[in-house]
Amino acid sequence: MSESNQFSRRSVLQAGLAAGALASTAPSLWAAAPKAKPHAKAVIEIWLAGGPAHLDTFDPKPKAGRDYCGPMNKALKTNVKGMEISPFLPQLAKQADKYSLIRSMTHGVQGHETAAYMMQTGRPQGGMTVFPSIGSVVSKFKGYDNGYTDVIPPFISLTKAKGRFSESGFLGPKYKSFSTGGDPNRTPFYVNGIIAAGISDQRQKDRRALKDQLNTLGSANPDDFKEHEQATRKAYELILGKERKLFDLNTEDKAVRDMYGRNTFGQSCLMARRLVQRGVPYICVNLSGWDTHKRHFETFRPRVAVLDQGLAALLQDLTKHDMLDSTLVWCSGEFGRGPKIQWSAPWNGGRSHYGHCFSAMVAGGGFKPGKIVGSSTPTGEKVATRPVYPQDLLGSIYDRLGIDPDGALPNPRGADYKVMPTVIGKSKGAGRLKEIMI
Amino acid sequence: MKHLCIAILTLTVLTAMVVAESDTSEKAKSRKKKKAKIANAASSEKKLDKNPAAPPTKKKNKKKVPPTAKPAAGAMSPANPYVSSQPLRANNPIDIILLAEFKAQGITPAKLCSDPVFCRRVYIDLTGTLPPPRAVAAFLNDKAPDKRAKLIDVLLNRREAHTYWTLKWCDHLRVKSEFPINLWPNAVAAYHQWILQAVTNDMGYDKFARALLTSSGSNFRVAPVNFYRAMQQRTPEGIAQVVAGTFLGSDITAWPEASQARLANVFAKVRYKSTVEWKEQIIFNDPTPNTPGVLVMPDGSRVTMTAFDDRRQLFADWLISPKNPWFARAAVNRLWVWMLGRGLIDDLAPGTKIKSSASAKLLNTLAAEFARAKYSQRHILRMIANSAIYQQASIPADHSAKAKATFASYPIRRLDAEVLIDAINYVIVGHEKYFSIVPEPFTFIPIQNRTIALADGSITSPFLEMFGRPARDTGLLTERNNNPTTNQLLHMLNSTDIQFKLTKSSRINFIMRNTKLSVPQRVSQLYLLILSRYPTPAEAKTSLEFLTKRRFKKGRSGEYAFRDLAWALLNNTEFLYRH
Repeated sequence: MSESNQFSRRSVLQAGLAAGALASTAPSLWAAAPKAKPHAKAVIEIWLAGGPAHLDTFDPKPKAGRDYCGPMNKALKTNVKGMEISPFLPQLAKQADKYSLIRSMTHGVQGHETAAYMMQTGRPQGGMTVFPSIGSVVSKFKGYDNGYTDVIPPFISLTKAKGRFSESGFLGPKYKSFSTGGDPNRTPFYVNGIIAAGISDQRQKDRRALKDQLNTLGSANPDDFKEHEQATRKAYELILGKERKLFDLNTEDKAVRDMYGRNTFGQSCLMARRLVQRGVPYICVNLSGWDTHKRHFETFRPRVAVLDQGLAALLQDLTKHDMLDSTLVWCSGEFGRGPKIQWSAPWNGGRSHYGHCFSAMVAGGGFKPGKIVGSSTPTGEKVATRPVYPQDLLGSIYDRLGIDPDGALPNPRGADYKVMPTVIGKSKGAGRLKEIMI
Repeated sequence: MKHLCIAILTLTVLTAMVVAESDTSEKAKSRKKKKAKIANAASSEKKLDKNPAAPPTKKKNKKKVPPTAKPAAGAMSPANPYVSSQPLRANNPIDIILLAEFKAQGITPAKLCSDPVFCRRVYIDLTGTLPPPRAVAAFLNDKAPDKRAKLIDVLLNRREAHTYWTLKWCDHLRVKSEFPINLWPNAVAAYHQWILQAVTNDMGYDKFARALLTSSGSNFRVAPVNFYRAMQQRTPEGIAQVVAGTFLGSDITAWPEASQARLANVFAKVRYKSTVEWKEQIIFNDPTPNTPGVLVMPDGSRVTMTAFDDRRQLFADWLISPKNPWFARAAVNRLWVWMLGRGLIDDLAPGTKIKSSASAKLLNTLAAEFARAKYSQRHILRMIANSAIYQQASIPADHSAKAKATFASYPIRRLDAEVLIDAINYVIVGHEKYFSIVPEPFTFIPIQNRTIALADGSITSPFLEMFGRPARDTGLLTERNNNPTTNQLLHMLNSTDIQFKLTKSSRINFIMRNTKLSVPQRVSQLYLLILSRYPTPAEAKTSLEFLTKRRFKKGRSGEYAFRDLAWALLNNTEFLYRH
């Protein structure tokens, strides 16, 4: 079966077998996957759900006129010659030598869900197959199936998982992200199931012992609960282990915490750095609120300031710890926003969804810094040169991680799927980002 | 055309009204009857079931608790609480076939399950609901030899059962507002209501299938047309794929190309058009004349087609004909999956021969029975639930893979996400908070609504996502994933949410602080609330020792011990799993 022919064979009515099949067919197929020596060991994804305006972030068009740039008719010079970004990003302007910009992202999809699905899976929706997002794929290739043994889950969302689409697609819930919940900007940072309020370790141990003593069904029929018991053991390693300290941001210098910004996003970025240090391969920091249909500039301004501070601090901090070379940071929304401002009511200066042309940022992890890939037309409405399709970006990230994008993407249905092929259906792609690969 | 639409609409509304009326009058009748003791017990729970989030008040309990619900000092289960002392005996044709098969293969079946196990099992499997303690107590005290059959009958006619089986059908038919199905909220509401109505009235599956396949009209007004919308690819090929999966129990991509094309050709004239109303769509059959001739069905049979035939009608006639063996087989196989976790057969591609085996024989027997009972799904469910095969204990006597594959014990499965959160919320007296990323569908669901009653797959909660609720993207039964993960365990064992609610639970507090009961009695009541049975002597001893050691008494610090016991039971595999 190929991707155009996607109905799962024999799975129509086999509910009971499915779960088993997921677990059992997978490992043998995995061995061949990673090949190249990876540049990046970990990925931090900064996901801007809702679609941030490219004209007001990484692709300013100061000369396009009021209908396009609104009140922001200037661009800001960065510390890289020839690279200018929006004055909304003063902190990031000082860190431009650490990242590269893609100004020609395109997929043409205008709906949140469909566009998010495209940006996260590299594929258009359709058929009876739901593909896994990049985080889940990395979790599959770099997680427990391939030598990752840490009790800290290999794929973590700060602080909530993305909604809108099935994160793990056909890979199943095992490859979903662990979302921390709680707020890292508060003390203590309550992490779902790991750090709970007010239960002493002694009480944890006592009631665990009680639970085990009362496990009458489990002891009458141990065979059927093996998976359950294994998951329980792992959970307790987290609940009672030393790992809890990892989530205690008070062990960081106050100055460092301040640098990231004392807000949920800033502290999530700091937490992401700590998770990379720990060895977690994929971390997603979600910052939503970019769907600025109405009064764009008013709602956008405070949001972008949070992003600017947190992301700039993250790049700076990763460099300071000598981690940026091995940590790939990418930042994008599912699309950009309409370059042409809708001044009339009810929008009153809003920007609409825009998937024809938008920007993304990549840094570290085997990507050259200070470069600009592609360009948009003078109003930012179309790609002018070197289009970059979602599969090109994701394929490049897989490549940097040492996951062969042309290798097989194992699936419980035994279909012939590739990790991230360049040609997908009608979309031929425009090639991976060779120009900025080290 | 328009007039026709309006006429159909009026008719539908009228029928709906008539149906609704007859429904309420029937309810009233049944309320008056209250014949058997079991029916009495069941209806006395109705109060509880109406609003599971509301705790029983002290006053009510004093008055209404039947004497059976308050057992003597620390009621207990036998040392092995899972098996019955009665032998496993054939109850119906299912058993005759499979017990013979066990004998032939040298497989020892599991023992008959005990009464409390049976009671919890049928409540969970048929109604997606944890049995209220009073119902379990009443059932255990009932001495009637046919009390199991009676309970099955009572439960199959309960509102919860209709709600739960509607949930399963909505998973299968992909009832979901948003990506990638995009039915939109209005149509979801209409479609869900229609399915609920069909399930409640036990609409013949033949009529159900015909309505889904042949309806035309607005997605808001003629609900079954949403069958053609609730799919990712609204093309003849896409429709064929879904139809094969839904009604033939078969994966079309494994068929020869010619057969695939034949089925797609049936749907070549399905058309969609928008109206001025937001997200309204009309589904209709393209009225341009067919080239008269024959329409070839997937199995190669040929049907005469005139210029003005709606091909969907011709297909439905072929599909539902008693001569078509795949239709009924696929349906009963699906019911078997829903009850016992695995199908009797993998794929039922038309034209293929089914090997003669016990499961094929069973499938054919069930299919024949299904047709004889006018395609009543409830009849087949009743038959399965009454079988000795279904009533085996979950602890196998024979540990071989062969035994497992032949259904020689009841298969253990984690509770469905929705059923589990409802059960937890019943015990801790809480309610689920939902979200939907997009502003519509609205997620303000009245707190007394159960999670199993959620209509829209796009309305969800972190718990449901974590516990493998199906995304309703493909409708494959395999979309639901009940495998345990570490994240799930972390949530159950140590989340602030569950801990907090456990502390607040008025149901647990009521038992804990009930000074009229001795401490052993309170332990028994807690067991009955959470595990739907009384503790074994060993469990009672362990629990009491724990309470003594941790100095259980009234007052803040003294209550930790009892709450930890409740926590331990909530995290017991017996609570988390169907067994």
